[in-house]
Amino acid sequence: MIRTSRFNIVSVTLGFAFLYLPIVLLVVYSFNDSRLVTVWGGFSTKWYASLLENQELLDAAWVTLRVAFLSASVATVLGTLAAVALVRYGRFKGRSLFSGMIYAPLVMPDVITGLSLLLLFVAVGFGRGFWTIVLAHITFAMCFVAVVVQSRLVTFDRSLEEAAQDLGCPPFKTFMVITLPIILPAVIAGWMLAFTLSLDDLVIASFTSGPGATTLPMKIYSQVRLGVTPEINAVCTILIGLVATGVIAASIVTKRREVERQRAERLAAQMP
Amino acid sequence: MVEAAATPATMSDVAATPPTARRGWLRWLVVLIPYAWLLVFFLAPFLIVFKISFSTTAIAQPPYVPAFDLADGISGILAGVREFTIDNYLWLTEDALYARAYLSSLVIAAVSTFLVLLVGFPMAYGMARAPRSWQPTLVMLVILPFWTSFLIRVYAWIGILKKEGLLNQLLLWLGVIGEPLTILNTNWAVYIGIVYSYLPFMVLPLYATLERMDHSLLEAASDLGCPPVSAFWKITAPLALPGIIAGCFLVFIPVTGEFVIPDLLGGSDTLMIGKTLWSEFFSNRDWPLSSAVAVILLIILVVPIVLFQNQEQRRAERER
Repeated sequence: MIRTSRFNIVSVTLGFAFLYLPIVLLVVYSFNDSRLVTVWGGFSTKWYASLLENQELLDAAWVTLRVAFLSASVATVLGTLAAVALVRYGRFKGRSLFSGMIYAPLVMPDVITGLSLLLLFVAVGFGRGFWTIVLAHITFAMCFVAVVVQSRLVTFDRSLEEAAQDLGCPPFKTFMVITLPIILPAVIAGWMLAFTLSLDDLVIASFTSGPGATTLPMKIYSQVRLGVTPEINAVCTILIGLVATGVIAASIVTKRREVERQRAERLAAQMP
Repeated sequence: MVEAAATPATMSDVAATPPTARRGWLRWLVVLIPYAWLLVFFLAPFLIVFKISFSTTAIAQPPYVPAFDLADGISGILAGVREFTIDNYLWLTEDALYARAYLSSLVIAAVSTFLVLLVGFPMAYGMARAPRSWQPTLVMLVILPFWTSFLIRVYAWIGILKKEGLLNQLLLWLGVIGEPLTILNTNWAVYIGIVYSYLPFMVLPLYATLERMDHSLLEAASDLGCPPVSAFWKITAPLALPGIIAGCFLVFIPVTGEFVIPDLLGGSDTLMIGKTLWSEFFSNRDWPLSSAVAVILLIILVVPIVLFQNQEQRRAERER
């Protein structure tokens, strides 16, 4: 029997309070009527209204969403391929370099990644802007996708794939019909992680972007340097709301699919 | 149609060769595409950084010489190589500011890794011992803030730590302090920001190892008269070691090159190399010098990064 001691309850509660309090305060003060961020002047949604008139901020948000969508989608494809290569291909030539290049970006300081990619783009004469940010984000996000998908692939029952192939299913079709549906929750989680990493990134985007391509984090950063305003609180609240809704919805959907799958498996097992 | 025609051939193929020995161009594309991508966009850029760290700053576009042009041929490249200089590296050793920035980054990273472990361990332990049915929700609650923007979470602390901020108001109201403390723009704020931002990176690997731990070991120890504290050091800590190591790498390495936290929460005397690199690049527009700063930082971090990779690889193989 697992005993939940008082110490455990206190440490978990304090830990979560520490994690959530700043975010809660940020959201609460986005509805503050007063311009002073720390004085409560009554409930108001005026900062949200003023956001809608801030064309620069809206443009930056649009750029960010497009970058995040494109880079997450390509990174998911590349990362899934990389995960399959790592888990299913045994010891091919150059494997240690390959896995090194997958793990290193997970911990590589952003300033190094950003600077090195910028110098690459300059060296080959690739014009900096929207597309260079997309390429940079694909590169670091695909490694996160690879790790997420890999952890699902290693626990995967290979006999299903082998059964399909024994029955004459070609490898590519086996992957699409058997493997992909089973690892889909991890692929979706990988896509969402890649999307939020891209949405979040300030440093790499600052290095690799050029004139005309300002992302939301770059915009927020330049405004934060000038001071804290309720308007930024409002932007942040919207972003938090979007991400939280997406993550919670996705987890409910995967959970429900999992329950349905288990029920189907039980039914299948009971059949004579 | 095509598929139907191809099926008999594939069938005999599969029957003839065991699944592990299947060949085909498609099979190798799976490796080649991500491999080529990472070679071009991850490895090649480092070689370029290395090369430019030996160049000289110039008022040009791009702002350094020599700028190679492959069209110049081998003689052009050789002429360029002769222009290489180690001045940037000499400069890094001459100005004590850089050495201090590297050192202070390592110290801040080490201290904050320890602090994150101190805060994260009890939390992960409590989560691992919570009722089973709660655990997925608790894990979700740790991950959720990680999905919200890093920049936003750092920004939230500015409003809390300011002189007229919420923390000072609370402490004044409680009567703990007589006058507001200066926390923002000091190293204290940097530590708070790092512990806050990197906590999930420590809690999740720790939880993953603690959750698998067999609690009957602790019960056995206590039945045999082992006091809880020494049971912790003799049983829990060694079993949690893989999680502790993974968590420490995940915090220490990126924090060493951290830019956003020291820039927004730290003061002018907060020296961190990520900030130095940023200002050399964006304010001074000295690309060769910032490349040299990046090369040295990479050399410092190579050992922990390789150790981290080996650890992750071993973990991935154990799970198989």
